[in-house]
Amino acid sequence: MTETPLIGSALIDTAVAQAAESPLAGARIGVVTFPGSLDDRDAARAVRIAGGTAVELWHAESGPEALRGVDAVIIPGGFSYGDYLRAGAISRFAPLMEQIVRAAGSDSAANLLPVLGICNGFQILTESHLLPGSMLKNDHLKFICRDQKLRVENNSTWWTSEYAAGQEITVPLKNQDGQYIADEKTLDALEAEGRVVFRYVGANPNGSRRDIAGISNAAGNVVGLMPHPEHAVEAGYGPESASGRSTGTDGLGFFTSVLNHLVGGTK
Amino acid sequence: MPRIVVDVMPKPEILDPQGKAIAAALPRLGFSGFASVRQGKRFELTVDGDVTPEILQQAREAAEKMLSNPVIEDVVNVEVVAD
Repeated sequence: MTETPLIGSALIDTAVAQAAESPLAGARIGVVTFPGSLDDRDAARAVRIAGGTAVELWHAESGPEALRGVDAVIIPGGFSYGDYLRAGAISRFAPLMEQIVRAAGSDSAANLLPVLGICNGFQILTESHLLPGSMLKNDHLKFICRDQKLRVENNSTWWTSEYAAGQEITVPLKNQDGQYIADEKTLDALEAEGRVVFRYVGANPNGSRRDIAGISNAAGNVVGLMPHPEHAVEAGYGPESASGRSTGTDGLGFFTSVLNHLVGGTK
Repeated sequence: MPRIVVDVMPKPEILDPQGKAIAAALPRLGFSGFASVRQGKRFELTVDGDVTPEILQQAREAAEKMLSNPVIEDVVNVEVVAD
């Protein structure tokens, strides 16, 4: 009997076959699923395409073993708990988040868990106080979905080392509560410490202060951004690029950055 | 059963996009007397029994820790309402 392959699965098989020989395959990246997560599968797929091993994590698991020994964690996009109360406000109190917050803020620099929050994941990281500031509704009040150009302002974080400083990348942006806000003192500190990791290029899509699209913590192991790199990792399913429609794979660098960091640190 | 009411408002210095949209729509219905609108949240925490000082304190802590986000919102009122 011939089975119809899932969209893109042939490519995944190739990627997985290559990954088996890849030195990166030993790096295990956890992807958290909350009730209402949407992009957990896409994030796991991005990890596999980049050559790593994706590990499913469940929000309700508690205790240190809930992290299943992963080397890094991605908190994906979606509408966890329906965005009730505030986006990310209820997820932030999930038992698994307690473990993530502890591991990401570990006292020992050698043991810091790398964490990437995408969209709703970024909102959860701000609610968890792993990253400063908060998100408001877009200033124009509309849900926005488009290919978005970003400038990589800091390529020394664990999630951006494969990019050049100042490099412009295009990844999808899709949200309603994407207006990044913090008080002026916090914004000045973020700028001074180089913790503005991504800025919107061109028209500001949501009123975010100082065109900020993504930030990091002081150590650079925790990064959050509103746009979606995991939707720009596979030719045929990405944004438009110079090579044609849907060919953009600018988001792949997030995943290869952390994998390279985990297996040795240097490119 | 008594309830503890918690009111949360966007911080005064933060532009409230929802309030702004409501303010823009009011005149379309002929309500032209309002200069601006700010939209907040009201929570009603029902208590099974008497509201002791401890329970009221719990409500205050919940208001600060979970019901509001201090970056963008203020808890403007915590009060007991008897039925």
